[in-house]
Amino acid sequence: MSSSDPMISIRSVAKSFGPVRAVEAVSMEIAEGEFFSLLGPSGCGKTTLLRMLAGFETPTSGEIFIDDQPMSSVPPHQRPVNMVFQSYAIFPHLNVRANIAYGLRKQKLPKQQQNAMVDEMLELIKLPGYGDRRSHELSGGERQRVALARALIKRPKVLLLDEPLGALDKQLREQMQLELRALQRSVGITFVFVTHDQEEALTMSDRIAVMSKGRCLQIDTPNRLYEAPSNREVAAFIGTINFFDASIKSVNGETANVDAGVLGEVKAPVGDGTFASGMKVLLAIRPEKLSIESKKPKRSAHAVEGVLDAAAYLGERSHYYVRVDGIERPIAVSAQNAHRMLEGIDDQPRPVWLSWSSDSAVILDAK
Amino acid sequence: MSEVSYIDRPNRTLAVYAIAYLLFLYIPVLFLPLFSFNDAIYVAFPLKGFTTKWYEQLFNNEPMFAALLNSVQVGAVTATVSTLLGVFAAKAVTRYRMPGKNPVVGFIMLPLVIPGIIFGVALLILMSRLGVPLSLYTVTLGHIIVCVPFSMATLIPRFEGFDKSIEEASADLGENMFGTFWRVTLPMVFPGLVASFLLCFTISFDEFIMAFFLSGTEPTLPIFIWNQLRFPQRVPGVLALGTIILVISFAVVFFAQWIRNVGIHDKTKRGM
Ligand SMILES: Nc1ncnc2c1ncn2[C@@H]1O[C@H](COP(=O)(O)OP(=O)(O)O)[C@@H](O)[C@H]1O
Ligand SMILES: [Mg+2]
Repeated sequence: MSSSDPMISIRSVAKSFGPVRAVEAVSMEIAEGEFFSLLGPSGCGKTTLLRMLAGFETPTSGEIFIDDQPMSSVPPHQRPVNMVFQSYAIFPHLNVRANIAYGLRKQKLPKQQQNAMVDEMLELIKLPGYGDRRSHELSGGERQRVALARALIKRPKVLLLDEPLGALDKQLREQMQLELRALQRSVGITFVFVTHDQEEALTMSDRIAVMSKGRCLQIDTPNRLYEAPSNREVAAFIGTINFFDASIKSVNGETANVDAGVLGEVKAPVGDGTFASGMKVLLAIRPEKLSIESKKPKRSAHAVEGVLDAAAYLGERSHYYVRVDGIERPIAVSAQNAHRMLEGIDDQPRPVWLSWSSDSAVILDAK
Repeated sequence: MSEVSYIDRPNRTLAVYAIAYLLFLYIPVLFLPLFSFNDAIYVAFPLKGFTTKWYEQLFNNEPMFAALLNSVQVGAVTATVSTLLGVFAAKAVTRYRMPGKNPVVGFIMLPLVIPGIIFGVALLILMSRLGVPLSLYTVTLGHIIVCVPFSMATLIPRFEGFDKSIEEASADLGENMFGTFWRVTLPMVFPGLVASFLLCFTISFDEFIMAFFLSGTEPTLPIFIWNQLRFPQRVPGVLALGTIILVISFAVVFFAQWIRNVGIHDKTKRGM
């Protein structure tokens, strides 16, 4: 394998269960050492795709290559991947030590070396002294670590994780996110991580594939997914965003000028798709890219006047909803609470001004 | 506030019912040991006096021991074969998607509801048509047909009780199908195996109708006992034998019940 080849190459893989099309013609390449996430709502086919990588499901069509080897005829027990199951699947009849050592049998190592490896793993997952416990004597977080150790001791080329933090409470979950990311960096193994939690995917991943209804919508870094979504579904799924109807006036390479009705003429970068003059499109702006003021801003590229409709105080930030004549839905604005607001937020209806700079909006296909 | 939850609270009506039911069930059975120590040939009150002579006679009863040995052999083979068939059937039923699964399972389970006499007669006709002489082998065959459904009924909950991703985890960690079956599936269903074996053994041990139709010259114990009942002077000996079987059966059934639940509910450690 040359260093530029991907570790995993998924080539138009589809999977149907009878009439249910769980995965439809998905293609993606995952680099060696990457922390790669599959993100999407429940039922979008993430687990099915992961199980095809592990070999538990056979693609209806397409081919998966791992480390340049086609996988279609390789059974699960011979694949260079290991999996952390959503239910952890700790062997209940074995203790922690035997669980972690389970995959070592084929390697026929001397007992002493095997013990040393298990001890090392117990250290790595911060559970030394837990070797004699059984599955039912462990908490959810501890089980998750044992499942991780049991897979990592095999030194797989790829580790597959199916919503491994889903069963943990919020605090433990956030701690495990950091630990898992640090662990991945230190062992250098390619991680394919399934989650339906966008915040989790954004904080942990090098790259994310956003999936919906069996299809892959966009594969990109967390930043680009958030700042430059390539289509309407991704923009709506990751975070919140305001959409405005607009029509193209002129296209200029990666940017375009649109006529956005009461918002006036706006210049912004474009997402995926082909755009031509006169086309109906969507202008999308994130709530935190808008600033809200009571007077007309002097030096902003774009500004519009509206009326404050509602406001919510959220501690570090506040959310405002502003009605603008000619726009159907109230516009969401998120602002940092830079000053103390001991008297509470002022949500009296009053005229306000919204403004944004020209590179903070995105133009998307209206479909 | 009470320490126990609503559902765990003692319930007097239920307790009375349970006791009444147990009395109804076991008072007739208690006559067996009672009269087996009675110093009289006829089973009638008043009791005549205490004796252990019926038990002593039993130990010198050659034909009885022969019948006992026959039953133990038939029981052991029946239990082993039925449990083996039961394991694979239960695994197939719970793990694989296959066409026509439900009708197949229904057919296997049919002996649970079809009267034994029908199966007995059917097998008898089949054997005579095929020219197979009646022997302990034909009895064993009949018993296996009766026992497989019980074995499956014991084992299916065991298989259903564990997450299939546990077997997948084993495959994921490098074990092939046999390795996974040996290292994961079998240890996890082991208590079910023991329970199934004991259950099948006890069913075969006291099965009468199949044995009646299908045994040749060598009787199983129930057939032997039935033959004895025609002679009044042998009845107390039968009572003594019945008492011994009762005690052993109780022990076996309680053990089977206990082991069946090991690992499903409680946290008992098992040295495996
Ligand atoms: N073994 C199966 N048989 C039939 N349908 C399945 C099976 N596994 C998954 N599906 C269906 O495929 C779709 C995708 O499921 P899954 O991959 O589990 O989604 P996710 O993990 O993203 O929640 C769902 O509609 C699900 O009902
Ligand atoms: Mg899933």
